[in-house]
Amino acid sequence: MDAVFSNFDEYLKAFGLTIGLFVVSGIASLVLGTILAVLRVGPVSILNKAASLYVTLFRNTPLLMIFVFIFIAMPVLGYNFKVVENIEIAGYNVSAFFFRACLALTLYTSAFVCEAMRSGVNAVPLGQAEAGRAIGLTFSQSMTLVILPQATRAVIPPMTSVMIALAKNTSVAAAFGLAEATATMRGFTNDNADERIGIFLFFAIGYIVVVEVISLSSYLVERKVRVAR
Amino acid sequence: MSSSVLFDAPGPKTVARHRIYTVVSVVVLVAMVAYAIWALYDAGQLEYELWEPFVTPDYIEYILVDGLLQTLKMAFFSIIFAVVFGLVFGVAKLSDHGWVRWPAWLVVEFFRAVPVLLLMVFTFFLLAIGNGPLTSFWCVVIALTLYNGSVLAEVFRAGINAVPRGQAEAAYAIGMRKSQVMTSVLLPQAVKIMLPAIISQMVVALKDTSLGYYILAPGLTAVAKPIYLEFGNQVPTAIVITGIYVAVNLVLTWIATIVQKRLVGEKKVLDVPMVGPAPSGNATAL
Repeated sequence: MDAVFSNFDEYLKAFGLTIGLFVVSGIASLVLGTILAVLRVGPVSILNKAASLYVTLFRNTPLLMIFVFIFIAMPVLGYNFKVVENIEIAGYNVSAFFFRACLALTLYTSAFVCEAMRSGVNAVPLGQAEAGRAIGLTFSQSMTLVILPQATRAVIPPMTSVMIALAKNTSVAAAFGLAEATATMRGFTNDNADERIGIFLFFAIGYIVVVEVISLSSYLVERKVRVAR
Repeated sequence: MSSSVLFDAPGPKTVARHRIYTVVSVVVLVAMVAYAIWALYDAGQLEYELWEPFVTPDYIEYILVDGLLQTLKMAFFSIIFAVVFGLVFGVAKLSDHGWVRWPAWLVVEFFRAVPVLLLMVFTFFLLAIGNGPLTSFWCVVIALTLYNGSVLAEVFRAGINAVPRGQAEAAYAIGMRKSQVMTSVLLPQAVKIMLPAIISQMVVALKDTSLGYYILAPGLTAVAKPIYLEFGNQVPTAIVITGIYVAVNLVLTWIATIVQKRLVGEKKVLDVPMVGPAPSGNATAL
């Protein structure tokens, strides 16, 4: 236990990085995934196919291989993303490592976000949209008043699963030189091999707290938007 | 045509507009692919020497035997053990005895919430490093067993609960014991419902074997490094290795679809919540 308590600031910093990776790539993959989902359910069939190809490809690729592409293959092509190091946000410089890890996580997670969104839209019964059109609602009215409110409710549980998986997947960044929770846990264990079980439990609890916070907040959101039927 | 919730069947004006959209998006997509190929060409990544190892029999054998075969072995062992683990804990979670149910719940929830990589690092330091009793191959298998087993426990529980109530009631009515009801009435029917979910979990297990890279385990990701260090062909290696993973996963997904059609028919795929016993009432029923 001493190993964690005497380096508690490092422990917090590690989970700070984990949460940072989660928040940035979570928001980015929600945006990209929504765009993909719009293409996927939209009326243009070639874009449907392109989006579904993207989803198939990225869902079946291990996250680690996407990291290999971004961290090992892209620099050979001249994309090392060093430009982001010139950007300064609130006094902190963005590191190229952080940017690349977020890019890899976003590319991977957005495929799952797209599928969750699509399942949400598909969960709305066809009769709802037809009834909306029948009483003369325009496209945007039937979208905002009938379909999206119902789809949002259906989307929350699968989206929570995707976000929890993302929070756990940030650990892969450990293999590529980011000092987030898993890498820090490995470092701690390396230095204090006799306390390895305690160290593992401490880091596991950290992750469990992150996961529980996500599922609790999704529960609260869900309770807020739930309707009696 | 009007199978979509979102749109009415398009009229002639809309069809014409969609045609324009199609042309524009084809141009954009072709431009993107062309740019990607040009970028590879410009960086000299399409040179024959860089791709040569992947048409050389010795290297093909190295990739397939030391890479793919090891990966498949790890996935195979972990899924077999995970099914056993999941069966035990899934049934234990349904037990009538609190002292069986709660520890099983704790174990399952713990291993589902902890990242696989953290588990791998821990088992590696606990059992393999120095002169530990196991190789990193088995550390990957243990970590994947614990994680996938916990997910499968939830699948088994949901599958058993998906068997119509009347089945268990009828079995009790003709005087069967609890264990008899489970083994000869509920489980045989539940397995049929769960098989597709188990196969898709195999895809997850196969993808996660790649994480063994971090603890120096063998497998496809491990064979990539010596190849690109020797030939300096990072991009072709990454493309080929990813291609193998995608191909194997697509085969597994295809099998899962066939099994789904054969055994479950058109009924809904088993829905397993990611965390906790789905606190929301009607959300999963949607």
